[in-house]
Amino acid sequence: MAGNLVQGAVFTVMVVRAGMLRDPSFEFELAQQVQRSPRFFLNAPVVLDLREVAEFTGREEFAEAREILRRHTLTLIGVQNAQPAQLDAAAAAGLASFAPNATQLSRPRSVDPGATAAAAPQAAPPSTAKSRLVTQPVRSGTQIYARGGDLVVTAAVSPGAEIMADGNIHVYGALRGRALAGASGDAEARIFCSRLEAELVSIAGHYLVSDQLPPEQRGLPVQIALVDDRLTIERN
Amino acid sequence: MAKIIVLTSGKGGVGKTTSAAAIAAGLALRGKRTVVIDFDVGLRNLDLIMGCERRVVFDFINVINGDAKLNQALIKDKRNDNLYIFPTSQTRDKEALKREGVERVLDELKENFDYIVCDSPAGIEHGAITALYFADSAVIVTNPEVSSVRDSDRIIGILASKSRRAEHNLEPVDVHLLLTRYSLERVKRGEMLSIEDVKEILSIPLLGVIPESESVLRASNTGTPIVFDQESPAGRAYHDAVARFLGEQREMRFVKPERRGFFRTLLGRA
Repeated sequence: MAGNLVQGAVFTVMVVRAGMLRDPSFEFELAQQVQRSPRFFLNAPVVLDLREVAEFTGREEFAEAREILRRHTLTLIGVQNAQPAQLDAAAAAGLASFAPNATQLSRPRSVDPGATAAAAPQAAPPSTAKSRLVTQPVRSGTQIYARGGDLVVTAAVSPGAEIMADGNIHVYGALRGRALAGASGDAEARIFCSRLEAELVSIAGHYLVSDQLPPEQRGLPVQIALVDDRLTIERN
Repeated sequence: MAKIIVLTSGKGGVGKTTSAAAIAAGLALRGKRTVVIDFDVGLRNLDLIMGCERRVVFDFINVINGDAKLNQALIKDKRNDNLYIFPTSQTRDKEALKREGVERVLDELKENFDYIVCDSPAGIEHGAITALYFADSAVIVTNPEVSSVRDSDRIIGILASKSRRAEHNLEPVDVHLLLTRYSLERVKRGEMLSIEDVKEILSIPLLGVIPESESVLRASNTGTPIVFDQESPAGRAYHDAVARFLGEQREMRFVKPERRGFFRTLLGRA
């Protein structure tokens, strides 16, 4: 029974190199990234990488770091690659200790403020998140949002219903409502449906309403993608 | 154990009260002890349709508030011993429907009846939600036209998420489609949706198709539920619907063009 009380889970978390926090050009880049996909970054967890960093031996420094990140709607939750003294300070500041992440891209080790190219934090790729499956008809007035992943619906989507996903949307039925893929800004997202009768389709904010859909494709199985900032609709 | 059936639609004016009266009377005629309750506080009609508006002393709200006992408010139908009507208040509004009070009243009714038919008001707000909350079965009353179908779709979604069964993860409410005011002529002219169109959009089992009929207006004017009218096609269609609800097989009548006999064709100048 006790084995069911605590379960393991895998999360993708952003890692920010501690040295970057003092760099104003880093803050600028970060602000830009967040502005492009605000929903994605809202309350997103961040781990501070303390590799090759001498400071951060006092909890006030972590409090300051937390505040800087909070200004950008990010939440500092832990540290990585910390020295013992840093670990103590981090723990005192209420931060968790994470094991070194083997999948980080190799970056220049220096904390040179001039290295603006490496300033952008690694974002968690949305495509590794689980897909959400809906098997019942999506009735009028219903809103479904598949955060961080794809949405698959194996029934019809009624007029007046809204389905959204950060990733792709697949409707194995008639799509008669509104479908918004790439809701947090992923321009690679696509919409697939068995019958196009949508009120509105959108990818990363670029949309077409029912009136603008090509009449010869109404009622057909299609694939909708965003190419050069325009929605393209192809027979499936 | 008594079963609670709600007649709901979202859209107004599609035939909920007519159908609630007809189905309740139909069940009573089949020997089931049935009570039909008006949930449309402030805009009550059930008492008129049932023909008991001159016998209303106490109502649903009085009983919820403890001002009267259930047996003081229930009105026995003059045409059938199995049928009782529970009218609602005309002077109050839907805020008077307190969920705990409604639950208490329904629990008491369950001890004395086989079926409790709830006539819902139109809309998706407090009154309509309270009417559907305790339901075991729902009859979605729909006219074969686009606005009604859209609203019915909405209310089906609400039943799946806001009913007591949905909230407590019990077996879902058993929903049925009742297509009312159906006119084959208008379907042929393309003015109305066909039965297949509506079934495809709503994807719920069809309980019955009630043809448009002048007899319905006559019935409400005289306060006689349509099923008591032996001649009316609508009345007969409601009987079929009740039979199907009770698990019997019945063919859909009044949905195909009637075969005119030889003489009728000769004399009628088709």
